[in-house]
Amino acid sequence: MEGMLAVVVGVLYAASFYLLLRPSMVKLIIGLGLLSHAANLLLFTVGRVTRVNPPIAPVGALAPVEPFANPLPQALILTAIVISFGVLAFAMVLLYRSYQMSGTDNLNEMRRTDS
Amino acid sequence: MLVAIVSGFVLSLFAPWLTRFLGRWAGWVFSLLPLLITLYFARFIPSVFGGDTFRTTEPWIPSLGIQLSFYLDDLSLVFTLLIAGIGALILIYSGGYLKGHALLGRFYAYLLSFMASMLGLVLADHVVTLFVFWELTSFTSYLLIGFDHKREEARRAALQALLVTGVGGLALLAGLLVMGIAGGGFELSALLEKGEVLKGHPLYLVILLLVLIGAFTKSAQFPFHFWLPNAMVAPTPVSAYLHSSTMVKAGIYLLARLFPVLGGTPEWQGALVAVGCITLVTSTLLMLRRTEFKPILAYTTIGVLAFLTVLLGWGTDTALKAAAILLVAHALYKGALFLVAGAIDRGTGEKDTEQVGGLFKPMPLTAACGVLAAFSMMGLPPFLGFMAKELLYESLWEWGPHALLLKTIFLFSGMGMVLAAWVCGIRPFLGREGRTLAHPHEAPSLWVGPLVLSVEGAALAFIMSPTGAWHGFTPPLAAGVTAIAGGLGLTCVRQAVRRLLNGFAFLYRLGPESWYDMKLRLLDGFASFQTRILQSGYLRRYLIFTLATLLVSVGYYLWVRNIVYWPDVFSGASLYEAGLSAIIVSAAIFAVGTGSRFGAVTSLGVVGYGVALLFLHLGAPDIAMTQMVVDAISVILFILVLYHLPRYRLSSSHGTRVRDGLLSLGVGGLVTLLVAIATRFPLDQTLTSFFARESLPAAHGRNVVNVIIVDFRGFDTLGEITVLVIAGLGIFGMLKLRLLGRGEGDASRSEASAQEDT
Repeated sequence: MEGMLAVVVGVLYAASFYLLLRPSMVKLIIGLGLLSHAANLLLFTVGRVTRVNPPIAPVGALAPVEPFANPLPQALILTAIVISFGVLAFAMVLLYRSYQMSGTDNLNEMRRTDS
Repeated sequence: MLVAIVSGFVLSLFAPWLTRFLGRWAGWVFSLLPLLITLYFARFIPSVFGGDTFRTTEPWIPSLGIQLSFYLDDLSLVFTLLIAGIGALILIYSGGYLKGHALLGRFYAYLLSFMASMLGLVLADHVVTLFVFWELTSFTSYLLIGFDHKREEARRAALQALLVTGVGGLALLAGLLVMGIAGGGFELSALLEKGEVLKGHPLYLVILLLVLIGAFTKSAQFPFHFWLPNAMVAPTPVSAYLHSSTMVKAGIYLLARLFPVLGGTPEWQGALVAVGCITLVTSTLLMLRRTEFKPILAYTTIGVLAFLTVLLGWGTDTALKAAAILLVAHALYKGALFLVAGAIDRGTGEKDTEQVGGLFKPMPLTAACGVLAAFSMMGLPPFLGFMAKELLYESLWEWGPHALLLKTIFLFSGMGMVLAAWVCGIRPFLGREGRTLAHPHEAPSLWVGPLVLSVEGAALAFIMSPTGAWHGFTPPLAAGVTAIAGGLGLTCVRQAVRRLLNGFAFLYRLGPESWYDMKLRLLDGFASFQTRILQSGYLRRYLIFTLATLLVSVGYYLWVRNIVYWPDVFSGASLYEAGLSAIIVSAAIFAVGTGSRFGAVTSLGVVGYGVALLFLHLGAPDIAMTQMVVDAISVILFILVLYHLPRYRLSSSHGTRVRDGLLSLGVGGLVTLLVAIATRFPLDQTLTSFFARESLPAAHGRNVVNVIIVDFRGFDTLGEITVLVIAGLGIFGMLKLRLLGRGEGDASRSEASAQEDT
């Protein structure tokens, strides 16, 4: 299963870097969104996957029943999802405002810092 | 000794404040400190010239074996007395010269800290101490040359002096350290006895070369001479003090100090005599072209430094004695002449020797100083200059094979000196009064300094040799007389000479100063080239550099170590998982390829939901739920923003897209490879099992992921919330911000106003 996820992660990374390299700021932000998915999935995959139990201790037990999914990458990913949402929202509003101020969404045309 | 040095720095700290407090008496009060230092060191005169030496040591950086050690012998005593004594007079003079200047306090502060640095330099015993004070004099000289910091010329000259002497200082440091390693000790006083060892050492030539670069840059010898005339933009007291009497002599001091250690070899002799002679000829020729007071005096200063270099290179007893006396004589008469030039400038507003005349009547005392100093510079008895000149020529008669060439050069330069003395010290006071900008006048603070210096020139000669240093009618005397006669003859035809030399002005543009300019331009060019490449301001370029570096360095390592495990794609994957993966992959590819913005946003949402379903399927319901919520909001937000934005334009060429595509595919492949490699190694389960085991008993939570977030790693979450708050504030600010009344954000209007702004 990790093998297939490794390919998915690679494709997501390739797609997001390609979009990040485009001059259009809209594509850049879409690339940013793809990048966060790619990073989350990478963390998840490297922490190994199992299809059996979520890391939740059932009633009456002191710990999750083996074998259970690795909770550590999940906690990290949860944090990452929320932060990347913040970053994405910030970038989108930045794009919106900079378009209003400069009249372009093309990074190549934004040559000055004060326009 | 330490107190004598440090007190200057301490006083300099308080100088600006004290100047405000003391008003016009500040210069007189400050001069008390150098006066006290002079008196303190004067006590040592009998014992030190009797052969005693004194040494003090304070620990400074004991872990590196560096000590703040100072050493007083006859050489350093002569310098100390000159520095402190002239320093006192300069401080008095500055008060008059810069009367009413708004930054006078700052000027005193710089001057005092220069004096302290210079004292430290000539007294230092440990080579690192010497280097530190050496560089401190460069820094204070930088500040003083650039004192008039609103003039571009002054800033340029200051930087030039700093760069040239700074580079020399670094060479010197290297040379001193190598010398210390080769000689087995870093105290100059100890190295003085290691001369034989060092002269036979295989690294002798390296040491010599490095030390000479240091000395020649500081003492403005060819090809580093150009900074000194440019440094004349400094206020006149600075030119008199730093750039003729003391700082530029630091190189000479170093050569004299190291003479017992490195001197006397054919290499030493050849290098010093050759460089000195070239400098003599160059500086005399350049001097003859000029008519302003300060450049003339600056070029003759270079000439005297060159004389000293030659004498130290020659190194016979007579030559060394001549060097010692010439050094003192020059410090006195040249300091005096600079101060006279400053007084004339101050009194008449005139900087050109050709424009002034008949100043004897309005400025009698200044005239007396000028004439006395000029006589000493010409080498007339009974002045110290006469003694120096006699010994100089006497040592010349000891030369062997190249004597004729050297005699010619010396005589030529001697004539130049006489001409300069006449033009700067005597002629301005004779003849009819020229038309001047201001009414000529003089003030006590402006004549005390030069008067003391020029009278001292005669008095010292008398003390040292009551017969007026008269040696009788000898060939050296004849040479001296010839130089004076020739020099006075030159003054009559100086306009013609100047015209002749101006014919060769194109050579001047090829001189070392143009090399300096070229190097600076090259450095600038390289820096902006590098900045253009590395700091282009284009996100794309930064990304390309980062990704390419990652790809090449990691890929190369994996390839060399031969750890390439391609993933086993279909092992252990169910149909459901394979389907989800296929949806994610095709949505990502669609997002890249589509020309529709909404299509791209939608496929971003598809990828998000696909990943969320994968999470859900693989035992991670918490992140799956979060992902779904966040994804829904993101897509909505995106569509709201997109509504205001223009359509996609195809703005990059085919080639660019192919390049970016290949790079992205490469990095994506690398990531796949890395994941495949990472999942081959066993996972460290320590943390996982700790969290799973302790979640319920220790933190009373059944959902381990939640417990990790709010409990085990609670501070992480606090940080995360902080990031969200900051992002929220930023978004709020951006939406509410109206930049300097540029209107309500209408694109075309704000663009127009932006263009008006620029």
